[in-house]
Amino acid sequence: MNQPANQPASAYFIEDRHDPSETHTLSVLVQNEPGVLARVIGLFSGRGYNIESLTVSETESQKHVSRITIVTTGTPMVIEQIKHQLDRMVPVYRVVDMTLTGRAIERELAMVKVRGVGEHRVETLRLADAFRARVIDATVESFVFEITGNTSKINQFIDLMRPLGLVEVSRTGVAAIARGPEGM
Amino acid sequence: MSDKSHDPNQMTGAAMIVRALIDHGVQHIFGYPGGAVLPIYDEIFQQSEVQHILVRHEQGAGHAAEGYARSTGKPGVVLVTSGPGATNMVTPLADALMDSIPLVCITGQVPTHLIGNDAFQECDTVGITRPCTKHNWLVRDVNDLAKVLHEAFYVATSGRPGPVVVDVPKDVQFATGTYHPPRKSDVHVSYTPRLKGDAQQIRKAVALLASAKRPVIYSGGGVINSGREASRLLRELVEVTGIPITSTLMGLGAYPASGKNWLGMLGMHGTYESNMAMHGCDVMLCVGARFDDRITGRIDAFSPGSKKIHVDIDASSINKNIRVDVPIIGDAGSVLGDLLQVFKAEAKKPDIKAWWQEIAKWRARNSLYYKKSNDIIMPQYAIERLFEATRGRDVYITTEVGQHQMWAAQFYGFEEPHRWMTSGGLGTMGYGLPAAVGVQVAHPDSLVIDVGGDASVQMTIQELSTAVQYELPIKVFILNNQYMGMVRQWQQLLHGNRLSHSYTEALPDFVKLAEAYGCVGIQAIKPSDLDGAIHEMISVKRPVLFDCRVASLENCFPMIPSGKAHNEMLLPEQANDEATASAFAAGKALV
Repeated sequence: MNQPANQPASAYFIEDRHDPSETHTLSVLVQNEPGVLARVIGLFSGRGYNIESLTVSETESQKHVSRITIVTTGTPMVIEQIKHQLDRMVPVYRVVDMTLTGRAIERELAMVKVRGVGEHRVETLRLADAFRARVIDATVESFVFEITGNTSKINQFIDLMRPLGLVEVSRTGVAAIARGPEGM
Repeated sequence: MSDKSHDPNQMTGAAMIVRALIDHGVQHIFGYPGGAVLPIYDEIFQQSEVQHILVRHEQGAGHAAEGYARSTGKPGVVLVTSGPGATNMVTPLADALMDSIPLVCITGQVPTHLIGNDAFQECDTVGITRPCTKHNWLVRDVNDLAKVLHEAFYVATSGRPGPVVVDVPKDVQFATGTYHPPRKSDVHVSYTPRLKGDAQQIRKAVALLASAKRPVIYSGGGVINSGREASRLLRELVEVTGIPITSTLMGLGAYPASGKNWLGMLGMHGTYESNMAMHGCDVMLCVGARFDDRITGRIDAFSPGSKKIHVDIDASSINKNIRVDVPIIGDAGSVLGDLLQVFKAEAKKPDIKAWWQEIAKWRARNSLYYKKSNDIIMPQYAIERLFEATRGRDVYITTEVGQHQMWAAQFYGFEEPHRWMTSGGLGTMGYGLPAAVGVQVAHPDSLVIDVGGDASVQMTIQELSTAVQYELPIKVFILNNQYMGMVRQWQQLLHGNRLSHSYTEALPDFVKLAEAYGCVGIQAIKPSDLDGAIHEMISVKRPVLFDCRVASLENCFPMIPSGKAHNEMLLPEQANDEATASAFAAGKALV
């Protein structure tokens, strides 16, 4: 990485860390005040954490509470840091690691535009049907599909559409919720 | 409208700000006026409960407020204008965030309808200060102002303290709205810091301490921040357990330097005995410190054989750099109280005679040794004489950043908390002089000394003018070696002694400079002059700039070279050119 061949000595102790990376989905309940999303994103960029996916919307408008779902990767120590760093922010109520609970359902919505004629159109529709993707717009030479599912299902669908005339994709990012009667 | 005019809680935003300061017991604020805060300055003019200290640069206001806060335990308050006023505050805010200092900074902003228009002296203050504050607010409605101000004081001072910014557009300052005095509900709804440590974890910690053969306590700034009671409890815990104690730069004074269990400061320029004790201990109790990189040295070789107990109010400090065995989240004072209570009830002093004998051997290495001279003032000697001359007095020490700071930490003995103000985390050159101004405002009759370097002190030297205006008799004791000493030391040790831009070719005549500002200038060149000059400095009841000419090429030892562990310290007697070169050459491979 940042390692020139003849590395000079430094005032800092620079050590490589080789712990394996993990992917975690975090649900964060926040006070929906101005700048709260900038705070969360700034934390990630400022401290060098990864954001794979980020979804945010107000969920309890009366209490001004928003729910942010973040998919992130890092070593176990970094993931723990991310949770604590989020938790100590003033407008953050709670942070739950959905991956650790092991009881989370994750869903993403994608809109997928595919262009084609003839045989390709038939094949496209057949595959869309298999993936339970709905047609939400159609012209004589294109479809827009709406598909919901976990990230890997959507990736798979997009991969299949590529040779059939994939034009573009718009994805919402992951939303997650725990199974069972209890809320977070 | 007419019935409301008799309501005493109806007032302008500007009046609310001053009223809120009074309601929070603020006696002094530090600031600098400008277009976007004129309504607030107009309110300040018309009252006498809050005294405003006019600085010469907004950065000076910030550091003065930090010094004020650290020496009193109360929040420091700053008032600056929009745009450059706010951006000049960024350094003190970042400094206060790193060192957990409670600051409430009120900034003016352009009127709300101009926000986003690149108006004159506009900047995105909340955007710029977001990563260097604990929290910040832009107030768009005058009726929110009272609540936000009260929340701001709450957030700054509760949990892990830190700086906050309240950005108030000029039209909000002019607008009339309803004020309410602080009330219990003026806490931020989602911010509830945890103060009490988990009882089970505390039991585990006590069991570990009681059965330890080679224990050590490593305390930090969190103990100071927690208040005087925390320092008292720490002292009692050391007394009851008989365990040796070391401290970070930020924690000096929580345990007295004259105490019999004191090992000295630890870390990169800490004593040999404290670092060896950290390396060789079997149980480590860390209270209010955060295992930062100046403390740990090489992480994978840090205290390899110990069980670690970590007490911190901030959960994100735990397991950040070093994995610990018993994490306890809570306020240092509260947890120390519980630890002490459980220890007294359930445990006995561990038998650690053999450990103390080992420590005595390390101590005998005399790691703070330096070669005295009859011709030149050695910087360490200057601090030793300063300490002797001020010992037992009501004294506060601030510092700038660099070699002089480390020498002050090593050679000045701190007996009490809140007496030592230094920029630890951010390492801000230029901190000490304005911080001394702030300390002196809070303690007008005390002796306040800024131990400075010739380079650092010039970064905020203009605040001498503030000291003169308010008759604050601060003493600026400059260890003048004509170099940026710590930069030069690193260049010598790590960069082949190529002293790139670390020598100051054209230093001012500090004595004349002092006189130009209306201060007293004193110079000492020979060791034989030093004591007399220091006594003169102390006895003068005016601000003093003391130009102490010291050995220019002295290095700060002992030292943990980069990429090394605690037990690989470079001691002063070993630090001949050859040993130094090889210690750092080995580090190169790792870095």
